[in-house]
Amino acid sequence: MTEILGYAFMQRALVAGAVIGIVCAVVGVYVVLKGLSFIGAGIAHASFGGVALGFLLGFNPVLTAVVFCMATAWGIGLVSTRTKIKEDTAVGIFFASTMAFGILLISLMRGYNIDLFGYLFGSILAVSAQDLRITIIFGIAVLLLVALFFKELMFVTFDAEMAAVTGVPAGKIYFLLISLVALTVVTSIKVVGAVLVSALLVTPAAAAYQLTEDFRRMMAAAVLLGVGSAVGGLLLSYKLDTPSGATIVLLSTALYGIAALISPRRRRSRRGRT
Amino acid sequence: MHEHNKAAQQAGPPIIELQNVSVAFQDILVLDDVSLTVPPGASLAILGPNGAGKTTLLQVILGLVRPTGGSVRVFGRTPADMRQEKRRIGYVPQVMSVDLNFPVSAREVVMMGRYGRIGLYRRPSRADHDAVRLAMERVGICDLAERPIARLSGGQRQRVFLARALANEPELLLLDEPTTGVDAASSESLYELLHHLYKGGMTMLLVSHDVGVVASYVQGVVCLNRRLVAHGRPEEVLGSEQLAQMYGCEAMFFHHGRVPHLVVERDR
Repeated sequence: MTEILGYAFMQRALVAGAVIGIVCAVVGVYVVLKGLSFIGAGIAHASFGGVALGFLLGFNPVLTAVVFCMATAWGIGLVSTRTKIKEDTAVGIFFASTMAFGILLISLMRGYNIDLFGYLFGSILAVSAQDLRITIIFGIAVLLLVALFFKELMFVTFDAEMAAVTGVPAGKIYFLLISLVALTVVTSIKVVGAVLVSALLVTPAAAAYQLTEDFRRMMAAAVLLGVGSAVGGLLLSYKLDTPSGATIVLLSTALYGIAALISPRRRRSRRGRT
Repeated sequence: MHEHNKAAQQAGPPIIELQNVSVAFQDILVLDDVSLTVPPGASLAILGPNGAGKTTLLQVILGLVRPTGGSVRVFGRTPADMRQEKRRIGYVPQVMSVDLNFPVSAREVVMMGRYGRIGLYRRPSRADHDAVRLAMERVGICDLAERPIARLSGGQRQRVFLARALANEPELLLLDEPTTGVDAASSESLYELLHHLYKGGMTMLLVSHDVGVVASYVQGVVCLNRRLVAHGRPEEVLGSEQLAQMYGCEAMFFHHGRVPHLVVERDR
């Protein structure tokens, strides 16, 4: 098993995996607690349109995906806060249209040999040195923003109305949060894939939620589970020759199952609440 | 001309001034031509049936809902114009509006009341921790500080939310149905606590549909059913025909001690 660590592609994938595990878990805590899973899934699918645009324009697809995902996130945010359309309807509209846009673009580029399967479901081999740099830079940016606005993000996630009433810029913090989701998605698409990244955004945080009733401990547990899923999933996918994204997601789901079984929350609620 | 002029004789400029305020959501009129003046140190209960616009009235005062017509002044400013003045308002929202399984302790929830004041990029200072401790002492929940909110009873939780409002050292307290999901004994002691705050000079606006109980703890009652139906001292208002009219159904009163109690016969 240790010999695979000698391969440069595997080293890159593992470092990228660890960064993704951390970032997805940290942002995932807010996603799970604020009920933004569907937004996360919508933005993740939109990244496919951004990737296709990158290929068409000849840029690194990850960079065009950032712009595209950010625009989608803000589009969903604006439609759901400024109009009478509900959030999940807004996601539904953007979700399908951005993906359709990507598929349309790719159909226009016949003759190009694009690793579509890799972008949709993740690939260990896909992480280039440049991708790794982008992943690390975005990862650090996300973590810095979370650290800077930690208490505001927590308050807005818990009680946005009350945050606004006490003078916290709740609207801006909400847009920061969905921007963080977009950045996180883009950071992760190379390794986990556009279709599966939303699972890594939700599952480790949801597992951590089962284990503790303290916000910071929940975040720490989510990070451990996220990194464990990403790194463990990558090693397993090499060993079993399975797609990395699918392996990572299934491993995180298994960890969620264990967390749910041993959850003190669950045991308490079973003892009976009124 | 209006009954509330009587109350306005108290000292100081009014804390809240609503003039002919109307709110419509799409085509539905939620508040219709409501005028209300709240002088400093007053404690008013806003009573009315479900859908009477009680919560909307609080949201107008807080600047969360912009009125379709009329003017709003809180601490002499329009809600859009309030910056520092926001700190002077403490708000205890309906308990159903938050996720009660959120992984935070009582102390953290109370500290959130200070976040706006602390400002971006900063951590709570010693003064913030002191204010939080003091607020928890005032409502008697110091022993619950480290308890996750998921493990609090309804009454304890309301005290936490009240402490969160108090932590910001407000001069005006707005409470929306503070006794929902709280057992009778706890709600009695919560009202005692509010009465104590009122005696300490706090201006207070309390939304409830709990007519009889509330009335014994407040100085004035405002009956709202989209329009302002009645406004005055509890014993005046609660004996009136207007209450029955407000509830739009058969209602009868029986007098029990100082305050008349209301029995509403609901449909079904």
